[in-house]
Amino acid sequence: MSGPSTYEPKTALERWLDQRLPILRFNAELMDFPTPKNLNYWWTFGAILAFCLITQIATGVVLAMHYNASAGGAFNSVEHIMRDVNYGWLIRYIHANGASMFFLAVYIHTFRGIYYGSFKAPREVLWLIGCLIYLTMMATAFMGYVLPWGQMSFWGAKVITNLFSAIPLVGPAITTWLWGGFAVDAPTLNRFYSLHYLLPFVIAGLVGLHIWALHVPGNSNPVGVNVKSKSDTVPFHPYYTVKDGFAISVFVILFAVFVFYMPEALGHSDNYIPANPIVTPPHIVPEWYFLPYYAILRAIPNKLMGVAALGGAIACIFALPWLDTSKVRSMRYRPQAKIYFVFFVLACLVLGVCGAHEVDDQIISGLAGFPLGDANINSYVWLSRIGALYYFIYFLVITPMLGLRETPLPVPESISTPVLSHPAAAPAGATAAPEKKG
Amino acid sequence: MADAASATSGHGEELEDPGRRDFIHIAAIAATVGGAAAIAWPLIDQMNPSADTLALSSIEYDLSKVPLGQQVTVLWRKQPLFVRHRTPKEIAEAANADLGRLRDPQPDSARVKPGKAEWLIVVGVCTHLGCTPAFGEGEYNGWLCHCHGSVYDTSGRIRGGPAPKNLEVPDYAFLTDTRVKVG
Repeated sequence: MSGPSTYEPKTALERWLDQRLPILRFNAELMDFPTPKNLNYWWTFGAILAFCLITQIATGVVLAMHYNASAGGAFNSVEHIMRDVNYGWLIRYIHANGASMFFLAVYIHTFRGIYYGSFKAPREVLWLIGCLIYLTMMATAFMGYVLPWGQMSFWGAKVITNLFSAIPLVGPAITTWLWGGFAVDAPTLNRFYSLHYLLPFVIAGLVGLHIWALHVPGNSNPVGVNVKSKSDTVPFHPYYTVKDGFAISVFVILFAVFVFYMPEALGHSDNYIPANPIVTPPHIVPEWYFLPYYAILRAIPNKLMGVAALGGAIACIFALPWLDTSKVRSMRYRPQAKIYFVFFVLACLVLGVCGAHEVDDQIISGLAGFPLGDANINSYVWLSRIGALYYFIYFLVITPMLGLRETPLPVPESISTPVLSHPAAAPAGATAAPEKKG
Repeated sequence: MADAASATSGHGEELEDPGRRDFIHIAAIAATVGGAAAIAWPLIDQMNPSADTLALSSIEYDLSKVPLGQQVTVLWRKQPLFVRHRTPKEIAEAANADLGRLRDPQPDSARVKPGKAEWLIVVGVCTHLGCTPAFGEGEYNGWLCHCHGSVYDTSGRIRGGPAPKNLEVPDYAFLTDTRVKVG
């Protein structure tokens, strides 16, 4: 990893193993890894995500022992898991809500990366791998949602696979290829099951690369200045194993609240109706973690442009390291960027709310509003258009321009400076606050 | 191989000949790429519709089951098929539409069989993202897709919302006055 290893095999067996497969040395280096000493709780979501992935794989492998991936048997086998299999209800609820918890954590992890500039040089590849993990997670979650073969599964599969039909010329051929027929049907379910089992292991591999890419430059940190000396760091173990462990424990409490007290809160009751290829459910929505993208898709009254905007919204996240021109990593020292960032998070949440409503629903019920263009101003179409516009402006205009125009606050010289000069740490009477002097 | 090896080891200048080396590299890489592509294609093409899926037969349907002003949804090739018995008012609305204002211009006469304008048969799959549009709803009383708000008229033509094309008219023929064969 970095620097000479301090690992010393203690027993003859360890020495023997170390010369053949230095796996204990590898582990010791991971545990010793010098980590910035100022990481806050937003940095614990990496470990929380690792916990989520392990949970999903463990529960998923078990569910696969009882699931039947056929169009005739899928729905009934899920009911069999829920009613007959020992603890099947628990395992399935952990798996289903685990997906939501996974996305909750990945969104917080990503927003943290954006706020603290974790994507900036030399961590671009780390960021790109993270984006790839997110993309693979989306594919995995989507295919997993299809497996119960209920109404939402079926029509979700149909709508999402139809996104590809918007591609000029080859679109319909791609869609038919994905389906293995002329509609979403038994072959589609079978292959989605195969890929749903495969992709988590692809994610695990990408996580390995993500951690590798993390260990080359080391962690970013809330101050955003590089580690300058050994006094800026602490070993990963026990300092961050304990902090991450505590955060995971708190996270598990939230997780358990969903699993035991509101297991269906994030699902849709329509998915307990077996798939029917003739009847579309009256109100078809994706899972909550896709709602902002769904709102962007629906904001544009043109098929190709809507799908292009959906893809572009994800592409913006990939491109972020090259869109951000600011030399200052952490937004803690970028007061203007902080405001735009808050509005960006808000825009994502508003888009999520828009995605959950039908396009013609009134935002303020009872208010007549007036028609603007193709829709009433008091409808979720227009709200999602405003949200989508800000989403793209944030990435494509604000982020590149702000770095060139803003005046950031003075950045501390090292990770230790703001800690040592904090009023609480300083002797009485001292008013050292370097970040306020400029 | 043995000949080539002894020949090149005997003559130093042939060993340095870059042309021969390049040829071997290019030939080896080309054979590998060609072989990989040849074996990749079956692995990709297996996902396309299989022979039994392609062999899905056509269906016959008795139109007399559909009352005037109503529609029946039949399953054809695993997709909903709308069989609509149009009223004279609906036919007139469809025929009198201003073609210049349509997104996917097509006269109503091209979407029905000659002399059978009361029967409209279309694939009930929204051309946006594949939902099944709801009968008799929307501004034009044709169909309204609740997923993303596409509006179709009484000829199944797209009139509003995000869908790019009209509802597809399948290949079909009248066997008798009231019996059609689709597909």
